Amino acid sequence: MTISFLINQAKEIQSVIETHASEIEKLDQEIGDGDHIFNVQRGIKLVIELEPIIKDLPMSKALNQIAMKVLTGIGGSSGALFGTLFMSMAKGESIDEGVDYKKAFKMFIDGVEAVKQRGKADIGEKTMMDVLIPVSNCFQRGLNENLELSSILTDAVKTAESGMRSTKDLLATKGRASFLGERAKGHIDPGARSSQLMIKTVCESVLREKGGEK
Amino acid sequence: MKKFINKTDDFLKESLQGFGAVHSEIINVYFEPNFITRAQPAKKGKVALITGGGSGHEPMHGGYVGYGMLDAACPGFVFSAPTPDQMLAAVEKVDGGAGVLFLVTNYSGDIMNFQMASEMLQSPNETVLINDDVAVENSSFTTGRRGVAATILIEKIVGSLAEFGGSLEACKALGDKVNKNSGSMGVAFSSCTVPAAGKPTFELAADEMEFGVGIHGEPGRRRDKIKPAQQISEELLEAILEDLKPNTNEQVLLFINGLGGTPLAELYLLFDNAKQILDKKNIKVSRSLVGNYCTSLEMQGASITLTKLDEDIIRHWDSPVHTAGMRWGM
Repeated sequence: MTISFLINQAKEIQSVIETHASEIEKLDQEIGDGDHIFNVQRGIKLVIELEPIIKDLPMSKALNQIAMKVLTGIGGSSGALFGTLFMSMAKGESIDEGVDYKKAFKMFIDGVEAVKQRGKADIGEKTMMDVLIPVSNCFQRGLNENLELSSILTDAVKTAESGMRSTKDLLATKGRASFLGERAKGHIDPGARSSQLMIKTVCESVLREKGGEK
Repeated sequence: MKKFINKTDDFLKESLQGFGAVHSEIINVYFEPNFITRAQPAKKGKVALITGGGSGHEPMHGGYVGYGMLDAACPGFVFSAPTPDQMLAAVEKVDGGAGVLFLVTNYSGDIMNFQMASEMLQSPNETVLINDDVAVENSSFTTGRRGVAATILIEKIVGSLAEFGGSLEACKALGDKVNKNSGSMGVAFSSCTVPAAGKPTFELAADEMEFGVGIHGEPGRRRDKIKPAQQISEELLEAILEDLKPNTNEQVLLFINGLGGTPLAELYLLFDNAKQILDKKNIKVSRSLVGNYCTSLEMQGASITLTKLDEDIIRHWDSPVHTAGMRWGM
């Protein structure tokens, strides 16, 4: 994983999110306050705009810059949660000496754990954690069992998808949807949808490059 | 969307610029990161009271920066929490060496961002978490009750104690006490429109109201047909009293807050109705406040807040205050 890989992924995510913008906005208007899509779009744009500043930096410094940009530029819960994710990833062990897929998975796993602590949310609360935690577990299993990169990524795409769908029938106990009680049932969580799209985009793009050491 | 607006991205900046220019004797507005401080710094050795939250609730919070109330406020985008860099920049300007008290309304975004600021901060700091909205069932498993109109009462009362030299611990304790003594509930007759969204946050039919609405248009307890003001007051007060359980003859502050799109004439009518109900229940309304203090953009509607009073709280409520949004005694 290199910095240009990160920026290219952000660009791909930007176009995928664009395609699904009205769908995500509608989900958020049903059970949230309708601003999630703007936050996501603003955040991605800010990361892409960082390219000239971070492209030659060591990985840890680049990730810290992304973290601060996301934290201060998005605001709200999304800013704090994604800021926490990147800040934790920046602390990954010896990442300035190159990041292979195993290190990248470890960074993601630690990052998700930090987000879980920050948001005090777990699986089953109708948030993006219903996507992030299962995907993180899937990476952990892949590392433990020394699975093929392509099979780990294929599994991650499926796991993200089923995690996202699982939010539909859940009661929300965290975030703004929690005020709805029973009224939130039957709606997919917009944060779960946007994070599932991001994970799918990144995993499939690595798979397309036929599982090279990214 | 019909709003006085040029570009969505410039909405907050231009609004803050106007606010800063009008009230330059009371406050200074700083940009990137955005925060508001008193024009005349407080005396050294005073606990610094800092708050923040999404914009769209004006005059909250910037309108309550000044003598006897806040030292600084950090405005986020409309209905979006401010970020830690704003809090840290504000602390740097107003920290008087006696510690920092953050007043934070109970929303996940606000909590996470203030928590990150608190972790990054070197000086001693405490947080009062405000959650007066009785419309939401409280439970340790959920985000819980929202912070709504009682926020400004807490800002005033704790602001006074800090001005009189109260310690960080004393200010936090008083803030927690007033929060516990307060209950609020609101009703919306119409939605509001967030500039970035461009369309109303929710839809209400011409004869409907959202009972127990939040100050960002969050859904309340139920959607109802509109009713006479007398009946609405009764139902709101019933929910608040059930929560606060005041004793007979206990003194309370009765606060009728407009959500932005309801005329003062209606708010006074609501006050009249609410006071008569409380009189009949032998609950003594000894302090009062009516107006648009904690708004939800152009939302039509109002909330009722009751705060149980004691001598300490009354003294700090009555003390002089000089801010853009609230002024008496000086």
